[in-house]
Amino acid sequence: MDSFWSVLGGAFALVFALDPDLMEIIGLSMRVTLTAVFFACLIGLPLGAAVGVFKFPGRTFLAVSLNALMGLPPVVVGLVVYLLLSASGPLGPLRLLYTPTAMIIAQMIIVTPIVAALTRQVVDDLNREYAEQFASLGVGAIDRLVSLLWDARYSLLTVALAGFGRAVAEVGAVLIVGGNINHVTRVMTTTIALETSKGNLQLALALGVILLLIAFAVNACVMAIRATAVRAAYA
Amino acid sequence: MRDLAFDMPAAPSSCHRTATGEPILEARNLGFEAGGQRLLHGVDVSVRRGARTLIMGPNGAGKSLLLRLMHGLIKPKEGEVLWQGSPLTKKTMRAQAMVFQRPVLLRRSVLANLKFALSVRGLQGRPRAEKIDQALASAGLSHLAHRPARVLSGGEQQRLAVVRALACEPDLLFLDEPTANLDPASTAAIEKLVLEANAQGITIVLVTHDAGQAKRLGEDVIFLQDGRIAETGPVDQVLNRPRSEPARAWRDGRLYLGPDLHSVSSYPGSNT
Amino acid sequence: MNRRTFLATLLLAFLCATSAQTARADDKFIIVQSTTSTQNSGLFEHILPIFRDKTGIEVRVVAVGTGQAIRNATNGDGDVLFVHSKPAEEKFVADGFGVSRSDVMYNDFVIVGPAADPASVRGMSDVVAALQKIAGAKATFASRGDDSGTHKAELRLWQAADIDAQAASGEWYRETGSGMGATLNTGTGMGAYVLTDRATWIAFGNKGNHEIVVEGDPRMFNQYGVILVNPKAHPHVKSEEGQVFVDWLLSNEGQNAIADYKIDGQQLFFPNGNGGPS
Repeated sequence: MDSFWSVLGGAFALVFALDPDLMEIIGLSMRVTLTAVFFACLIGLPLGAAVGVFKFPGRTFLAVSLNALMGLPPVVVGLVVYLLLSASGPLGPLRLLYTPTAMIIAQMIIVTPIVAALTRQVVDDLNREYAEQFASLGVGAIDRLVSLLWDARYSLLTVALAGFGRAVAEVGAVLIVGGNINHVTRVMTTTIALETSKGNLQLALALGVILLLIAFAVNACVMAIRATAVRAAYA
Repeated sequence: MRDLAFDMPAAPSSCHRTATGEPILEARNLGFEAGGQRLLHGVDVSVRRGARTLIMGPNGAGKSLLLRLMHGLIKPKEGEVLWQGSPLTKKTMRAQAMVFQRPVLLRRSVLANLKFALSVRGLQGRPRAEKIDQALASAGLSHLAHRPARVLSGGEQQRLAVVRALACEPDLLFLDEPTANLDPASTAAIEKLVLEANAQGITIVLVTHDAGQAKRLGEDVIFLQDGRIAETGPVDQVLNRPRSEPARAWRDGRLYLGPDLHSVSSYPGSNT
Repeated sequence: MNRRTFLATLLLAFLCATSAQTARADDKFIIVQSTTSTQNSGLFEHILPIFRDKTGIEVRVVAVGTGQAIRNATNGDGDVLFVHSKPAEEKFVADGFGVSRSDVMYNDFVIVGPAADPASVRGMSDVVAALQKIAGAKATFASRGDDSGTHKAELRLWQAADIDAQAASGEWYRETGSGMGATLNTGTGMGAYVLTDRATWIAFGNKGNHEIVVEGDPRMFNQYGVILVNPKAHPHVKSEEGQVFVDWLLSNEGQNAIADYKIDGQQLFFPNGNGGPS
């Protein structure tokens, strides 16, 4: 096994070679993960906020469930999605198995509870501060939800990033429902798994370093957007 | 100062002067219990329309709780709150506004905070913009309109909270120790806004334990002790010639420990 | 920054990221359920471009263990099955899930082991005797343990040696429950003997100080077969394109493409689609 530095050098060499296959894999990783996180936020943000703000029977149960679902094993999600999308499954006629869409669905199921549970906590905290003022002003339910989500936007960016981190590093579910098909459903993590199984440990590690760099870049971008927004707001 | 009248029939120690204005808000036999502890015992309050009513008393007397019950933020389990003779509803709650001890401002610009409150009241477009300009001017915040509300100074924040509440054109404004955390200049600015609002006919109900502020702002005083009304009356009388032991103790800066105990001096060695 | 600008920035960033890679045109393709050994050895990357250039049909390979490949195909999640466990394949066809089975190619299994060779089996060509020596020495042996074609072949060999290896599971017999590559990584890591197909071993990049110690026994013959999934069982199966692929594999062109695939000058698979040894 070569040293860490030669692995790192190998990773950079791979990136700067702009190998079209690698670029395709990185592109697909980003497309699948960002789409999954986008839809997870679309569902998870209002869901989490509603559980955080409204009092209804079963609210605590729902909050505990969301927290528990954060630990959902990706392989189980992959299996369930496989069984749903399989030709013999209830959604078989949609022909989605072994497509990027199937991977997006699986990742969305993994990420949505994370987004919802963390949103619930963030919004719950903010609501403790705002609740009396909102009640005093006579703010309606929907306006309360929207206002809390908007006012918590910077914290919620971090929530979305947590979801992104989980999704982009996920391998078990996308391997099962995507099939790791070359040029179709092969993403960074499944490529790493494949190269490991081929015994190309150095290449696998270099790909891992690249994945880490991508995750770093995405986080840096979002943090830059956030910092710019905050700076603009506080100027 | 006008010739004040204040009538609290159920309060044991009230002076029985006859109210002149009709009550805008009444609390009848309000009780409240939390965690097995009684926090309010059968409190009766009558707020005269157009008056400035102060709720005073030591820490833990139940002042803020009473304010929240009267505003409808907490639903009373015992007794009732009447707004112009009928039970308080979500709709009639909109005729009231409240300013909290720590201003609760949205994480948005000063302008957006006012916009939000007015939008909730259904105001849009030009009328809303005019109302916002007017509110900013009255608070002296026009030059800060686009600042995030959260970076303003404490005094500026509370001024914004007050004009935001007033922009909703309430008939009655509750204020819960609005100047507790402010310096004298900021306190004066808030008091000025309150007096101006009252001059325009808005009824004021204000919690304070600052005697100076009470003298500057007050007309009627409700003095609470341990969840009971100890004394009510015109501010001058309650503060200068208290008839109840709790109010006397408060004036003298002593800790009142209850009817069966001697009150102790808050400063060791001082004369009692 | 106001709300509109903020949301617009986020949306823009999202669109930039997602549009970087648009979906591939959904042209003609079939899904082949196959095994890790064919994928890991690089065979598909060698032969599939030739097939696509000729027919315009894209072949999407899902590489899993033979057992899972057969289960997936049974569920209808594939058009062609290309695996290496003849009894299971014949049962698949008999159960009505496959149209018919044809031999495509073969290679052989080998036992790889540490250079130190603690069970002294190097150079043996009698696999049954070698396994008996390994068991007798209680030398560590890493098994796939995943119901794959290789795993089934290994179990048949233990049976022939009359050894209940699974009774020693967790002691000298280690079931990894994973693919060939993962098992080889484990085996080289713990200095264990491993039964592997020759193709995967030749292409494997993490050999460590392991080498082939037992080879050449006819009982380690490893036959690959191809089956078109039965459209009667699963009407959506792309039987036309699938049949084109099966026919091509068995044609002279397909068989030559398989024979041409070499790593370091070594041929990995030996075509026998025209009725070679069976």
